[in-house]
Amino acid sequence: MTSLIIRNGRVIDPANKIDAEMDVFVKDGKIAGLEKGIREKADKIIDAKGLIVCPGLIDMHVHLREPGREDKETIATASRAAAKGGFTTIAGMPNTTPDADNQTVIEFVLSRAGRDAVVNVLPIGAITRKREGHQLAEIGELKKTGAVAVSDDGADIQDANVMRRALEYCTMWDMPVLSHSEDKNLSADGTMHEGLVSTELGLPGKPAAAEEVMVAREIILSNAANCPIHFCHVSTQGSVELIRLAKKRGQKVSAETCPHYFTLTDEAVRGYNANAKVNPPLRSKEHLEAVIAGLRDGTIDAIASDHAPHLLVEKFLEFDFCENGIVGLETSLGLVLTKLVHSKVLALSDAVAKMTCNPAKILHLDKGTLGKGKDADITIIDLNAEEIVDPGKFESKGRNTPFGGMKLKGKAVYTIVAGKVVMEKGKVA
Amino acid sequence: MHPKRQQLWEEIGAWQEDFEARLAKSIAGRRLPSKDIISIDDFSTNDLEMIFESTKMFKEFVVKPDKKINLLKGMSQINFFFEDSTRTRVSFELAGKHLSIDTINISGKGSSMDKKGETLNDTVRTLDSMHADVIILRHSKAGTPKMIASQIDMPVINGGDGWHEHPTQAMLDLYTMWEKKGRVKGLNVVIVGDVKHSRVAGSLIRALNKFGVEPRIAGPPTLIPFGLEKVFKCRVFYNLDEAIKGVDVVYALRIQLERAAGAEIPTVREYSKCYCITPARLAMAKPDAIVMHPGPINREVDLRTEVMEGKQSVVEEQVENGFALRLALLYLLLGGDRR
Repeated sequence: MTSLIIRNGRVIDPANKIDAEMDVFVKDGKIAGLEKGIREKADKIIDAKGLIVCPGLIDMHVHLREPGREDKETIATASRAAAKGGFTTIAGMPNTTPDADNQTVIEFVLSRAGRDAVVNVLPIGAITRKREGHQLAEIGELKKTGAVAVSDDGADIQDANVMRRALEYCTMWDMPVLSHSEDKNLSADGTMHEGLVSTELGLPGKPAAAEEVMVAREIILSNAANCPIHFCHVSTQGSVELIRLAKKRGQKVSAETCPHYFTLTDEAVRGYNANAKVNPPLRSKEHLEAVIAGLRDGTIDAIASDHAPHLLVEKFLEFDFCENGIVGLETSLGLVLTKLVHSKVLALSDAVAKMTCNPAKILHLDKGTLGKGKDADITIIDLNAEEIVDPGKFESKGRNTPFGGMKLKGKAVYTIVAGKVVMEKGKVA
Repeated sequence: MHPKRQQLWEEIGAWQEDFEARLAKSIAGRRLPSKDIISIDDFSTNDLEMIFESTKMFKEFVVKPDKKINLLKGMSQINFFFEDSTRTRVSFELAGKHLSIDTINISGKGSSMDKKGETLNDTVRTLDSMHADVIILRHSKAGTPKMIASQIDMPVINGGDGWHEHPTQAMLDLYTMWEKKGRVKGLNVVIVGDVKHSRVAGSLIRALNKFGVEPRIAGPPTLIPFGLEKVFKCRVFYNLDEAIKGVDVVYALRIQLERAAGAEIPTVREYSKCYCITPARLAMAKPDAIVMHPGPINREVDLRTEVMEGKQSVVEEQVENGFALRLALLYLLLGGDRR
């Protein structure tokens, strides 16, 4: 088999509390050694002097669109976008067509991933059939087939009793449950955050409460069912406070947020900018600050992109009719480094943890570290490389980003999956 | 031709010629701030005063027996209304016709992706390719006029977009206040009712703020948009009896009768008890206060009939002024040295 040595990089492996200059030796797709001055011979040597070498990044919240909407994205293109952005593992949400509420779709995603993907692609199954919020999906079978978690994604379960039963049932399978957290009665016809900007623009708003009452409900239900719960894309102050409190009480809760929630506010919607239309919506400044505080104190464990590719025309309609979503795989790391690391919100190792070992732990993946014998999924980062976001150069089919033209500092220069270099200096294999 | 008839024609011709000259003089080379009329935000008080002066001149014109004037002959106007409208559409259409513009009406329903699946942007580009000269758009979704204006060279007039703005309504309302009260600055105005869903209020509050007027807003909390007092200069009252005290202008909005279904009011009955402009309530305003309403009116809910048909009501003048204003706007947008 093949071997690889990555020399002289600053190795950051938060799970093993490593932050030091050393070499990484990879053999047969596994981490074979991690020390200074490795003397082994290797088929390939990467000089990582001045670069960061860390476990391969994991994006636990991606919309693959395949099966069903291959016009928006495919498993192949999403995986290439992931490789470009420094991700070695992505987890795909179940809102495909058909929904991933059965073993056939899970099998399909895994087989397509095996055939087409350049990174690890893991499917997430639905909690309920057709994600309708009524009858449970065959969660045991989803688990056995390879789904790493369940979620009803944007449909979210409105009926508290169904959610209660889902949580209870998932304890039997040790299946992670991911909550989108949106009370649809409260968010109603909202198309952006309900705040001063929505009043100014005359757009119907989604109140922060629509997210927060659901977060509160899930915390209570998960406690009663003694089932861990993970909160997707946390965007409000109240959600952060509720999750912080639940953690303080020793509950098994975890949370992610997305780069857009710590980078942009609802001001970005001004001018009816559909590229800033996303669900949950971009919030006002106090919410953004609370999300940052939550990242800083560990209330928010993970950073995921909620990569949501759409067609150009789906963002070029009356604002209300435009789809929600932002593509994130190719901007996520740059935003984390620019907005959190370089601006000293998070230590580099904490930021890396939120994109590696923390999501791995939430999804029960044996990944996210550089421990000996682990899968050799590695990302090499140039902290100081500056780049202006150009959606025209994305590997993703999606161009829907509010970050076009923004200058980001820091990017992945190598993405290595099971010892194989799948992206080198911006070029995806 | 009969000599008397000949003389009448000549008189009309001479009047129109004179009118056109006076119109040009009154504008004195001034222009509207942009090719479109999308939001009151884009207009200064000077711009609005110029519009008022032209509107005043067109009020002479609207009472003439021959209302056809050759100011914009050969131009074309498209009234593109995605929602029902009587006042706005008819006054724009009549205004266009009187100015000798060829007008056509298109109605769209619901989503632009409906029916043939064409997007609104594509439809509008098609219209632009036919070299139409102005499009008046009403749409249920906020921001739509701005979106299409960015796609085409043709001027776009916002005939109302969602809960956002209805700028020509605010212009005619301010003109009416200006005409009746001799000024806008310094007036005390109360706006009553469903401000949240009202594009009329969206433009009216903006326009009043331009003139330094900070209106009082009276309505239930469920019908007041989030943070209104922080977004605009205004004061919110839940109690109309407090808000109406001593005002110069009482501006009642239309309540959608289906609001009770969305739990925003319990019943129209209770709403009208709190917010209907009754003679007793009107008596708390200044004795010479005027009563306004953008129409269509829910009688006995928004306004009592005694108030609507009373001496203080200027509701019908609003409509007449709206007609004159739209003549003025079309002229200012397309006429004079813009041709």
